[in-house]
Amino acid sequence: MAKDNEVLGRVLGPGAPELSCEQCFDELDRYVELVLAGEQAEERVPGMRAHLAGCPACAEDFRSLRDLVGREGG
Amino acid sequence: MATATMTPPMQMPADPAARDWVGELRAGGAREQAAVEELHALLLKAARFEVGRRGAELAHLRDDHEDLAQQAADDALMAVLRKLSDFRGESRFTTWAYKFALLEAAVKVRHRAWQGREVPLADEGWAALTDPRSAGRGAEEAELFAALREEIERLGARQREVLVAVTLSGVPIDVLAERLGSTRGALYKNLHDARRKLREELAARGFRVDERGED
Repeated sequence: MAKDNEVLGRVLGPGAPELSCEQCFDELDRYVELVLAGEQAEERVPGMRAHLAGCPACAEDFRSLRDLVGREGG
Repeated sequence: MATATMTPPMQMPADPAARDWVGELRAGGAREQAAVEELHALLLKAARFEVGRRGAELAHLRDDHEDLAQQAADDALMAVLRKLSDFRGESRFTTWAYKFALLEAAVKVRHRAWQGREVPLADEGWAALTDPRSAGRGAEEAELFAALREEIERLGARQREVLVAVTLSGVPIDVLAERLGSTRGALYKNLHDARRKLREELAARGFRVDERGED
């Protein structure tokens, strides 16, 4: 069931090496610009994608910065 | 937490506009004052953007939106000026500065939205989500959920509290941190350790969980 997978995903998290919240915040501006430039963001900032999959608050911060900078022309 | 090697910080900002911002903010006198005012305006724009996109969480507090944005911009300005020497020029200065305003605004909105609301630390509602008898669940899934529920109950009190509140009850981690007198980073470490333990225990019981939870 899709809902079961969603619950398991939330509870068990990404299951891959990931940044901490502090490291995520430190790297967020660079990561967002790489994403907006269509570059290999995950290769340049390893562990960021896993952290954003596991941490809802940091994922919201990422989406906000991406959308704000993107709206201004990236 | 395990991480791979990251690119070392650059010695000099790569973006000429970035050097200009840092220089202006350290220039002293009228130049510095003008730069600080310009920066505050940018931070306020970012804070308004964040408060605006979270309007639904604060629908009952519409009069407070501008206040929240102003407070977030003020706090972000202090944070940016305090951390100016941390700016490595690996992004545009404005992108770097915006993240402080967005964080301040998001945290303030979450706290305001949860003000006066009880954080369901002891709420057993989570049990429904992991109830192995949930309708439509196959035998294999039911077994996995039964094991998951048992392993959640075996976690230490703090790890279980954080895991259940954040992943099953939808409590924002910043709000939980404030209620528990902790920080987002410290609680996320609790969550990370709880998840690792659950994965290990489920794997030891023969469940395949490697592919679970990937985005």
